[in-house]
Amino acid sequence: MSSPAPARPALEDVAVGTELPPQTFTVRRADLVRYAGASGDFNLIHWNERVARSVGLPDVIAHGMFTMALAVRVVTDWAGDPGRVVEYGVRFTRPVPVPDDEVGATLEVSGVVAALLEDGRVRVDLTAISLGQKVLGRAQAVVQL
Amino acid sequence: MPVDPSFAGRTYPPTEPYDVGREKIREFANALGDDNPAYHDRDAARALGHPDVIAPPTFPVLLTFGATRRLVEDPELGIDYSRVVHGEQRFAHARPVRAGDSLTVTVSLETVRSAGGHDMLTSRSDIATVEGEHVATAWSMIVVRGDAS
Repeated sequence: MSSPAPARPALEDVAVGTELPPQTFTVRRADLVRYAGASGDFNLIHWNERVARSVGLPDVIAHGMFTMALAVRVVTDWAGDPGRVVEYGVRFTRPVPVPDDEVGATLEVSGVVAALLEDGRVRVDLTAISLGQKVLGRAQAVVQL
Repeated sequence: MPVDPSFAGRTYPPTEPYDVGREKIREFANALGDDNPAYHDRDAARALGHPDVIAPPTFPVLLTFGATRRLVEDPELGIDYSRVVHGEQRFAHARPVRAGDSLTVTVSLETVRSAGGHDMLTSRSDIATVEGEHVATAWSMIVVRGDAS
């Protein structure tokens, strides 16, 4: 069995201002528990409301690294081969509270090509929004096209 | 108590090798709800030119998380973990991490600075195969909140 390689954007079709298809992610408590197990980050503030409130948080909050991982999905899906993401960095500017209900939190992620770099690399700037506010700062990925 | 800036440059011994397995990559990708074939299907990964399934860009945090803990737990630095907040994270990949890799991490404390009563420590984790091939570097900035907050 051999899967066809997914399409990836051709460098000549990409310019500063090219928008990547945006995505919306839903984050529920169960997703945080699953991420805790997969990543090994069992910090109680990511699943225990009592502890989260005791340290001054409004509610259980998503792992910053989980939010970071979800946001780059916009880039890896666009790039075709996720191995073409050669750099990725973010600032964690605002926590993402995740209520204990079926709705959970919503993360809206958009990306735009912000710079054409050398050797066929492009820089994508990401915007991640939850509850109407940006939760990541200076979220940038470099993609080798 | 502020962290002494003279600790910048301190390097910790390499970690024991971490063996990257296909199932761990799938588990991590599943936790992200990501069904990208490159993470799940060896044939699909090979069609993209990779020898085996590759890991998502933030997967190295599995290796660097523990390594960074050593810095936080270094008694000489005297960091109160309950005051630590993750401020920034960055990865630079020479190539994607992939199943079959046996990786070690060398952590160093790159910068220490203070602002507004808080300490900001940036650690650098260099990830390499046991054969010595550089795979990725991760930078993690943690904020140690001061007494005022």
